[in-house]
Amino acid sequence: MSLTVLKPGLLTTVQDLGRKGHQRQGVVVGGAMDKLALRMANLLVGNDENAAVLEITMVGPELLFEHDTLIALTGADLSASINEQPVRLWRPLLIKAGSILSFGRPVLGNYTYLALAGGINVDASMGSRSTYLRAGLGGLEGRALRAGDTLAKEEAKAESVLLLSDLLLHPKTDSPFIEASWSPEPELLPAYQPAPTLRALPGLEFNCFTENSREYIWQEKFKVSTQSDRMGCRLQGVSLSLTEEMELLSTAVSYGMVQVPPQGDPIILMADCQTTGGYPRIAQVITADLPILAQVQPGGVIRFEEVSLEEAQRLLYLLEKQLLALRQAILYKLHQS
Amino acid sequence: MPEIIQNPPLLMCPVGDAAVELQFGHKISKKILNRIRAVAHVLEQQPFPGLLEFVPAYTTLTVYYDPWVLSQHGKLDAYEELMLKLEALLEQVQVQRSERARVVELPVVYGGSYGPDLALVAEHTGLSINEVIRLHSNTDYLVHMIGFAPGFPYLGGMDARLETPRKATPRTKIPAGSVGIAGAQTGVYPISTPGGWQLIGQTPLQLFNPNRDEPSLLQAGDIVRFVPIPESEFLAKKEASA
Repeated sequence: MSLTVLKPGLLTTVQDLGRKGHQRQGVVVGGAMDKLALRMANLLVGNDENAAVLEITMVGPELLFEHDTLIALTGADLSASINEQPVRLWRPLLIKAGSILSFGRPVLGNYTYLALAGGINVDASMGSRSTYLRAGLGGLEGRALRAGDTLAKEEAKAESVLLLSDLLLHPKTDSPFIEASWSPEPELLPAYQPAPTLRALPGLEFNCFTENSREYIWQEKFKVSTQSDRMGCRLQGVSLSLTEEMELLSTAVSYGMVQVPPQGDPIILMADCQTTGGYPRIAQVITADLPILAQVQPGGVIRFEEVSLEEAQRLLYLLEKQLLALRQAILYKLHQS
Repeated sequence: MPEIIQNPPLLMCPVGDAAVELQFGHKISKKILNRIRAVAHVLEQQPFPGLLEFVPAYTTLTVYYDPWVLSQHGKLDAYEELMLKLEALLEQVQVQRSERARVVELPVVYGGSYGPDLALVAEHTGLSINEVIRLHSNTDYLVHMIGFAPGFPYLGGMDARLETPRKATPRTKIPAGSVGIAGAQTGVYPISTPGGWQLIGQTPLQLFNPNRDEPSLLQAGDIVRFVPIPESEFLAKKEASA
């Protein structure tokens, strides 16, 4: 066993990049809410990008590490500490045997990702290790972690071994952990904000909304409701309405889609959203901004800004190129040392 | 004989930056269902790099793609590349005559705590509660697609007299097995989930079980019949399937 759950936290689940290819059977993609943070956590410990990690929500767990373990924390700042000494996000970290990782106040964002070198060893279900709570799929018995659970990790890859030996070159101290002296350039990190502007494309039913609603969606602020979860981000603000009542036939829906139920408050579909739905679609948040969206805390405020399809895809390519650059920089660093 | 579609009358509309919705019409029909299945068949037989998956629905088929792959890492226009690939595939689509369908009977307790919106549906439609149950259970339904939740069947063929709009605000939790109506559609919830359908009853059968060889009890193309049962039978069947 690699780690023991002393306290489970609010909602701590095993996640990867999601369950792909089963939406036809109604099985959601799911996976990490902030897939960029998950991919970066894995890169920082030398894992494949899709390795299983822990997704930690708002109120973090207390985890006891039984062996020296190479880890990385990315995503939300939930005041992580090891044996009560604060630790930094976004860098490789050697946590020593017998140390306890815990969390405090949520400072910025909702979801922290904890990657272990090798990845968490749980059985894949329908091609993914991600936990889908509503159907009890994947993760640890299809559920969130509980006190007393133990998790094992898979065998680390060569990159992880190199990262680890790099950390072991640091001078010996009594500290319960050793941090890498480097981390990715700040401009490579996602720009989380409590009140972001999210770029979006108009939805397929955009023109069915009233002129006022079509203006409001790009001009007004919307507050993120406390009822938001992994399935949907419920917004409060000006009420949006159609020019005339319509009952739509259900069609495929996906993460980032902004739907408007008849009462007029929009809902943004999140990672665990259904595969199909029938509410009118006013907009769709671009893929590159989904990590920013995922990290807006309840009570936070968002705006939408219209962009073109070309611009949305250009921003996605930029993100992919940055990740490639990060992967290459890590490899280069390892072969230097 | 298969019918060859020369110029499929369909619209292709981008949905966000990583999907396109193929629209085949606006009304539920068996013809459209067969056409969608034919397109799905071609996509299944001839996948291309960057095609992630596709989801057939009543009158649409949504194709999910990876712009990074289709653009060859930002060098080409991903959407244009996708259109070229899809148009080439659509030329090969052949619509087969539908095969003989499998019939699946779903026992249902109507009303009470199992179907809290039954009275509301009766009131909205101007029918008696018994008429609602009779009309709902006296029909062969075609499974148009599985979606919304694991194993959730979207059924076609509901009597138009039962049409009732969705709830203005979705419920935050609906029990597994709930049978509901939303507009012109009826369906069954396989797992406990939020949703906006009007609930009229509940089945004791498991529509989705990931530990079965076939996790979904129903498949697109099946015929479903609802069979009214008393609560005692529901409880016995529920215990047997647990």
